[in-house]
Amino acid sequence: MTDHLPDTGTSPGSTGTGSGTGPAEPRRPGLAGRPGARKKERIDRLAEAGTLSEEEGVSLWQSAWRRLRRDPVFLVGAVIIAAFVVLAVIAPWIAPHDPAARLLIDQRTTSNPIPGPQPGHPLGADDAGRDMLSRLMVGARQTLIVGVLATLGGLTGGLILGTLAGGIGGWMDGVVMRIVDVMLSIPSLLMAFSLAAMFARPSQWTVILAIAIIQIPIFARLLRGSMMAQRHSDHVLAAQALGVRAPAIVFRHMLPNSVGPVIVQGTLVLAVAIIDAAALSFLGLGNPDDTQPEWGQMLGRAQQYFNTHPEVAVYPALCIIVVALGFTLMGESLREALDPKSRR
Amino acid sequence: MTAQPITSPRPAADGAGEALLSVRDLTVTFGRGRKAFRAVDGVDFDVYPGQTVGLVGESGCGKSVTSLAIMGLLPGRGNTVGGRVTFAGEDLLSMPADQLRDRRGRDVAMIFQDPLSSLNPVVPLGVQVAEVIERHKGRNRSDAQQEAAAMLKKVGIPDPDRRLKEYPHQLSGGMRQRALIAMALACEPRLLIADEPTTALDVTIQAQILALLKELVSESGTALIMITHDLGVVAGLCDEVNVLYAGRIVERAQRHDLFATPRHPYTGGLLASIPRLHEERGRRLTPVPGSVSDNIPWEQGCAFAPRCANAVDVCRQQTPTLVPDRDAVGDDRLLRCHNPLTANPVDDTPTVEEDAR
Repeated sequence: MTDHLPDTGTSPGSTGTGSGTGPAEPRRPGLAGRPGARKKERIDRLAEAGTLSEEEGVSLWQSAWRRLRRDPVFLVGAVIIAAFVVLAVIAPWIAPHDPAARLLIDQRTTSNPIPGPQPGHPLGADDAGRDMLSRLMVGARQTLIVGVLATLGGLTGGLILGTLAGGIGGWMDGVVMRIVDVMLSIPSLLMAFSLAAMFARPSQWTVILAIAIIQIPIFARLLRGSMMAQRHSDHVLAAQALGVRAPAIVFRHMLPNSVGPVIVQGTLVLAVAIIDAAALSFLGLGNPDDTQPEWGQMLGRAQQYFNTHPEVAVYPALCIIVVALGFTLMGESLREALDPKSRR
Repeated sequence: MTAQPITSPRPAADGAGEALLSVRDLTVTFGRGRKAFRAVDGVDFDVYPGQTVGLVGESGCGKSVTSLAIMGLLPGRGNTVGGRVTFAGEDLLSMPADQLRDRRGRDVAMIFQDPLSSLNPVVPLGVQVAEVIERHKGRNRSDAQQEAAAMLKKVGIPDPDRRLKEYPHQLSGGMRQRALIAMALACEPRLLIADEPTTALDVTIQAQILALLKELVSESGTALIMITHDLGVVAGLCDEVNVLYAGRIVERAQRHDLFATPRHPYTGGLLASIPRLHEERGRRLTPVPGSVSDNIPWEQGCAFAPRCANAVDVCRQQTPTLVPDRDAVGDDRLLRCHNPLTANPVDDTPTVEEDAR
């Protein structure tokens, strides 16, 4: 290593020897004209670099993440959601019993339809003698699938309608928004109920579809609003002034700048979708096949025994409440972090 | 002193033939009926190839609306545009929207005031510059990226390949404006409209950007319309200056003539309001008194009359017309004033303070 030093000029002593290497040259006082210009250039570059490092990493999402990391509300929500997702993935392997097996069916009598807690079954069983704890754990998966798919469906529909309305504007905006207004004027649960009831055979998919459809108008309206704001923004005007084609303006300049609030709304809608799915199952429009447990459906079945055995309803209800709370906490703090007006 | 009628094309200072852009009786009205507001009121001017024309005036005098009307960028509803805008023999105002879109960026480009909000915050710079090149020159993505890098280098952005991957918020203000200039000049337009390109920048960067614009424009022979409220910008850049007031041109002159002998009291006021370094310290600035809201409609006289120190009775009774001004220094001057200035107000202007005493 040491024999390199005189050549590269990295040691303090070697600069004095004047070996004629690049880095040492500007420091020589002899060259009057060019080093002056070069020095100026270097200072300019330094000034540019200074302003650069100061402003680095202040994009909307980055600064939001910086604040979210220290936000206890967000962290609580995130922990709940993480636990829920992990549970949904690994539940079939860690559940103590098969959720469909009627293990305690012989304990069920007409006077006591719900077998109580006992060794091996800490939460007891449901009215079909199936282990409650296992059903709750495995139920997380169905609940997550319903929530996520229904939200994604609503998000997709909302993005399409919102882009049509906000991107094309004019008569298209009028037509799409009147349709959305009509959809919004019907109470959402009533509409989901009607939609789900239209299908001859209710299944998990009819629930997902019904809930997805009732989320569409909210997403569409939100996206259309922020696209409208983008339409009059300076950078869209600048793009128009450079002759950029309309599709590129909509998809490259307007849409990516507008989806922020829609994504935040998505996290909030996840909670609503889970609750609505539970409501539909509760009203008897859910999946009739109860070998694959789902929290809303468990809640629905529990209503017959609610007077004598409220715990059968309380367990799935608590699960729904906690998960919905998790999504809401996360969504709210995300919205707050991304809202420039609430910034401190 | 061979001033000619307003509507005939005048030879440019450098003697080029046909006007590249000719604006005739451009009128922009917002709203209609009783509430109609005329933001631009019969503006005429020509831009010759390679010429730099300044449109000067305070906020609300119709500078930006003029430029947006030329580009066809005014919102589709709520305004009426009248008159003729001819670019290289074609009428821009009656052109179908898709043809006009092809012209924008390729033949006529525009730079806006605020470089941060004029760049898309979520798209890397390279995509935004390359987008214009792809659009107008039909290049594929990678060729366009290379051309974009060359363009950034040309406008003085160091390390362009790295900058292409960066987002607008990672650049400094001056750098952003350079990037916008690069985008505007990427397809070598014949006319560039710069709408207050230095207003959002600090003074040292302003000088750099103006020098860059001057260099690029003279290098490529691009004609430039410089819209500004800052006569300092005009002094360094423009060949011909149009002073706008309340939507009408009130004075037009070659740059040197205008600064040597401003004729319209409003021009004089603008010149007098520039702070000067050689004045004694503590001296008050000399603003143009009043504001645009004091204006009277042009139909009833001179809109500037309520704010004008030179106003005489006829100013409030008769609308002045834009006529050749033969009494002042320089050729081809136009003036819309009943009682023009006879002396340069910059030499001995009373300040507000002295007036008050």
